[in-house]
Amino acid sequence: MIIMTNIMESLYNIRILDELAEKRTVIHNIHPLIKLLTTIAYVIITVSFGKYELSNLLPLLFYPIVIITLAEIPVIPILKRILVVLPFIIGIGVFNPLFDPEPMLVFLGLQISGGWVSFLSIIIKGFLTLLAALILISTTGMTWIASALRLLRIPRLFVLQLLLTYRYISVIMEEAGRTWNAYMLRAPGQQGVSFKISGPLAGQLLMRTYDRAQRVYQAMSLRGFIGEYNPGEVKKVTVKDCLFLGGWVAFFSVCRYINLPALIGSVVTGVMT
Amino acid sequence: MHMADALLSPVVGGTMWAATAGVAAYSIKKVQTDLDEQKIPLMGVMGAFVFAAQMINFTIPATGSSGHIGGGMLLAILLGPYAGFLTMASILTIQALFFADGGLLALGSNIFNLGFFTCFIAYPLIYKRILRNGYFSGRILTGAILAAILGLQLGAFSVVLETLLSGKTELPFSTFVMLMQPIHLAIGVVEGMVTAAIVGFVWKERPEIIEKAALGETLGSISIKKVLAVLTIVAVLTGGVFSWFASSNPDGLEWSMFKTSGVEELKAQDGIHQTLSSIQEKIAFLPDYSFKAKENETNTKATEAVAAAWPAVDAGTSVAGLVGALITLLFAGLIGLSIHLIKKRNNARAV
Repeated sequence: MIIMTNIMESLYNIRILDELAEKRTVIHNIHPLIKLLTTIAYVIITVSFGKYELSNLLPLLFYPIVIITLAEIPVIPILKRILVVLPFIIGIGVFNPLFDPEPMLVFLGLQISGGWVSFLSIIIKGFLTLLAALILISTTGMTWIASALRLLRIPRLFVLQLLLTYRYISVIMEEAGRTWNAYMLRAPGQQGVSFKISGPLAGQLLMRTYDRAQRVYQAMSLRGFIGEYNPGEVKKVTVKDCLFLGGWVAFFSVCRYINLPALIGSVVTGVMT
Repeated sequence: MHMADALLSPVVGGTMWAATAGVAAYSIKKVQTDLDEQKIPLMGVMGAFVFAAQMINFTIPATGSSGHIGGGMLLAILLGPYAGFLTMASILTIQALFFADGGLLALGSNIFNLGFFTCFIAYPLIYKRILRNGYFSGRILTGAILAAILGLQLGAFSVVLETLLSGKTELPFSTFVMLMQPIHLAIGVVEGMVTAAIVGFVWKERPEIIEKAALGETLGSISIKKVLAVLTIVAVLTGGVFSWFASSNPDGLEWSMFKTSGVEELKAQDGIHQTLSSIQEKIAFLPDYSFKAKENETNTKATEAVAAAWPAVDAGTSVAGLVGALITLLFAGLIGLSIHLIKKRNNARAV
């Protein structure tokens, strides 16, 4: 029953994030556009670090930690999501230690090669960037991200389409789940849908989807849809929002240009000796 | 084969975003002028369908393996290349946000790799050509399989190029290619077979759904000239990136200048110049660059404090780096904990 759990788990995951986005905390109240821009800045600065940079990356952890605690986001489901997708990054990065054996640093008398350093650096960057995306959605929500995209002048048609896809994912996935259930009850103990049935099974689902699209369109037309997207009330960017963006971008820049851990470390070890 | 943020440099990620934005803007223009508004909900709901269909695993006969569809080819067949590309873009956006598939910087690359090659190369050049004289189940199968294979091979190759250009992996080009292409050949065959099965079934049961998309000349037709034009733009962009990378090599003018002995003295005397140049080096958003620069600068004392502690093979700085890293982590943890505690106390008071 791997796939059934797949569909249900995905639905569950979307709902968790949806519910988190409904909270009302300091972070949730920040303008969606500001949060989107802060996230973009964070991601770009994180990946701009050189491939052998490790300790400099660590201060960037402050951002997710502060936002997660202020926004009261539960850590476990978010970390689980990241663990699911990390293997691809690990799969590519794991070759670095093989192809880059030059010793780079000495740790407790042990020589560590450049490959291991860059591998670890990739994993940290992967973790931080994926975390940033999940934090954005769980503190903002899809509807508000869509309105931020409109403010960035992303064409109406695309934003409307994005919101429609998002809205109908749960509907169609529930239908796919029921179809899958019906199949599995009649063909127990299989790993997946037999290829012979793939056409009829997915095809039926597609035809039902198509008919649903017609009904959706009719319902939208009856409610006055003329191809326009109305995002509803749009918040104004306040001074507080600007300070949030400016403050974080300044912090990220400091992290990028000054190696804070090395500075702290050299001060501490200097004092001790 | 979702590309990930951590494997991209900002320059490569940004270039792919630019290319994707270009193709998307063109597609939106095409769709907007040709589209009946009925197609907007159809795009949205079909996107949701592909999202769900990606989660259904199909067992492939005689191989014992199973796989699922990516859906790019199916969307191109059902909606035409422009609407198909846009729908694929929104599916990938939702996956990047809700499932952390790839990340936000890599989203441009992912839309391009999974949407552009299937909708704008494989669909018009292979699928449409094979089926131009009408739909027959044999032709649907051949067209879908060949198109899916080509689309995925190009997409996988693009992942290889993007990763290597970003300079994050040490994998040699040939090894990486040998790793990616055969896997995606198998994935392409599965994608093609399942796509053909779905299209074949729907065509038999409700031919109007397929015909509408196939005959809608305004949505389905694509001129090779325009595809070539887009490709040229992408090639120019990529070329720009290449040259940018080449010029970042320190063995050019900068290197020879560094080699002349006078430069170090000049740097040591001119404090402002040094500060500016070190800022400029750090602003350069290029992988490795800052590292190499630091390596060159190890002679100059003033920058030593700022230079990364770990890259140097020196036990002393390594210890300092480690101590600093531990303190940073501890501090970050403490901040999180104290915010959490303060919030808890405030909440308790509010109750």
